[in-house]
Amino acid sequence: MNFDKDLDARGLNCPLPILRAKKALTEMQSGQVLRIVSTDVGSVKDFAAFCKQTGNELLSQTEASNEFTFFLKRK
Amino acid sequence: MGATPDVALIEQIVRQRLDEILPQKIEEKLAEMKANKTPSMTIIATKGTLDWAYPPFILASTAAALGWNVSIFFTFYGLQLLKKDISDLKISPLGNPGMPMKMPFGPDWFKGINWNIPNLVQAGIPGFESFATTLMQQTIKNNGVADISELRSLCLEAGVNMIGCQMTVDLFGYTREDFIPEVKEYCGAAHFLPMAQDADVSLFV
Repeated sequence: MNFDKDLDARGLNCPLPILRAKKALTEMQSGQVLRIVSTDVGSVKDFAAFCKQTGNELLSQTEASNEFTFFLKRK
Repeated sequence: MGATPDVALIEQIVRQRLDEILPQKIEEKLAEMKANKTPSMTIIATKGTLDWAYPPFILASTAAALGWNVSIFFTFYGLQLLKKDISDLKISPLGNPGMPMKMPFGPDWFKGINWNIPNLVQAGIPGFESFATTLMQQTIKNNGVADISELRSLCLEAGVNMIGCQMTVDLFGYTREDFIPEVKEYCGAAHFLPMAQDADVSLFV
């Protein structure tokens, strides 16, 4: 999937992946896509809740070898 | 005499119609109000050790990231968390049976050991608290958990409103210069409670 910005949140724990993502999103334009890679197991549910609350769209979420990849489209 | 039954009939029809449409209308209106309202949270932070510094700052920064309005009221030992330098916050395993004492280094079997050190020994060794604090700081680092100064900065950056308890400032002999300048308000319980009343979430830490 194409993306406009990349956020490496590997090794970071709650709530840092969310806070970094929020910061990255504020620097982006509406409709742009942010890719996030994290290793925090809790981030799966956290990003789902974050998107639901903030109205940013969670385009996809995948897991491969203990790394979670999220694609978020900015509201 | 003929008018009375008509009025009763009209009233009955109106009631019936209202019963039909009101529940749905109210639900729509409530959903609309909920969607338009910015959620808010107030936290009372009362503790000033490294371990207890985390819950208010983690919850506040996360809520702010979700777009909520957040205020934290720092009172009693919680005021420690507003000091200019909070890199010296300490943790004490003494008399804290809930705290696991594990080493943040060495092979996994060694890291897994829970060192059950008697209170008497902990109290008798000079510098035990500093030692435990160093271990905790290393554990925090190893696990990719934010350090507490960073979390506080993130809160401030995200617009979390930090309020100091004036009574405690006086009680403990602090001056406002002891605290970060981002603390805009110092007040008492009477000012804080109405804020908590309006908040969707109110927590005591």
